[in-house]
Amino acid sequence: MTGAKILGFGGYQPDKVVTNDDLAKIVETNDEWIRSRVGIESRRVARDDETVADMAEAAGAKALAASGLEPSEVDLVIVATCSPEVPLPNVAATVAHRLGVIAPGAYDLNAACAGFCYALGTASDAVRAGSARNVLVIGAEKMTSWIDWTDRSTCIIFADGAGACVVGPTGPDEPSGIGPVVWGSAGDQAHKITITGRTGALTQDGQAVFRWATTAIPPVALEACKRAGVSTDEITAFVPHQANLRIIEAIARKLGIPRDRVADDIIHAGNTSSASIPLALSRMAEQGRLQPGTPALLVAFGAGLAYASQVITLPAIP
Amino acid sequence: MTDQEILSGLAEIIEEIAGTPADEVTPEANFVDDLDIDSLSMVEIAVAAQDKFGVEIPDENLKDLKTVQDVVNFVSKNS
Repeated sequence: MTGAKILGFGGYQPDKVVTNDDLAKIVETNDEWIRSRVGIESRRVARDDETVADMAEAAGAKALAASGLEPSEVDLVIVATCSPEVPLPNVAATVAHRLGVIAPGAYDLNAACAGFCYALGTASDAVRAGSARNVLVIGAEKMTSWIDWTDRSTCIIFADGAGACVVGPTGPDEPSGIGPVVWGSAGDQAHKITITGRTGALTQDGQAVFRWATTAIPPVALEACKRAGVSTDEITAFVPHQANLRIIEAIARKLGIPRDRVADDIIHAGNTSSASIPLALSRMAEQGRLQPGTPALLVAFGAGLAYASQVITLPAIP
Repeated sequence: MTDQEILSGLAEIIEEIAGTPADEVTPEANFVDDLDIDSLSMVEIAVAAQDKFGVEIPDENLKDLKTVQDVVNFVSKNS
């Protein structure tokens, strides 16, 4: 069976910057509290007329460029999103068309904040099984459309953005560059993160989610390392879903991964749900912080409750 | 387990999670006012305490535990 590997990353953030001080003008909060509690300094908010598809397209274009592939070489497009403007048509088919990808398989995947790792797992499987040759995997979210801006427990956290990667086949003697995905769910706790009804706002039991993320998620990440045959010592970049810096640091601490190897993109991006991991990876790649050919550990978790984790081999820098 | 054993186990946990030196973790210390430990760190401490002492501290009980001695008493009573 052929292996699968990541060929390149791309990311997109909307132009509009919203700082903690900006939020302190509309809800009762302050910069110091937000930084210490969540870790965010600033986040981006999409324009009113800027859609999930727009952001997905921008990130996807950059990932394609980084991969060195022509759009015509892609035959499957997956968009992980839980915030599309409408249930249909899906985002993936529209974005594929805009990018000049010719008649690919196209589907959206909703596993909320776990979406990107789920999508990456299915993309790897498709390449390995021969269902696709090259896959464009995008995480794109406009979370701010679903936020009650008077609710200071959520409006300080969620933000907009997109990230993407291209997955392709490995060469004949090359080991697979995407480890087996370890995924699961806890539907008994579905009520802990919800959006109620078509116009409802996102609410979450923050303390319960913190407890769940810091206890249930480290073993999932460890299992992903085990299945990939790497130890946590070998991981050069730990990129968890950028939910909250306190959660990120607690999970890293439990895994024994040094802080300087831990992605903290949330500081200038906020929580962008399924976009957070690929956006973090694309920015770390741009900043030259990723070591090509070494293993990185991804773990995503969130509403569902759902989670997924895998080890990836970091691609060469284009 | 004696109260002293619980206290020193708790001090180790607090030092690891919050960075507070173990000798500053006195029975009467208030988590918020004296040790600068907020409700998210309290959840981490509760989870670590469960691993160490085998006593679960659910979120609804956690909010009533204001001082180190409150936690020692809770663990002692439920172990």
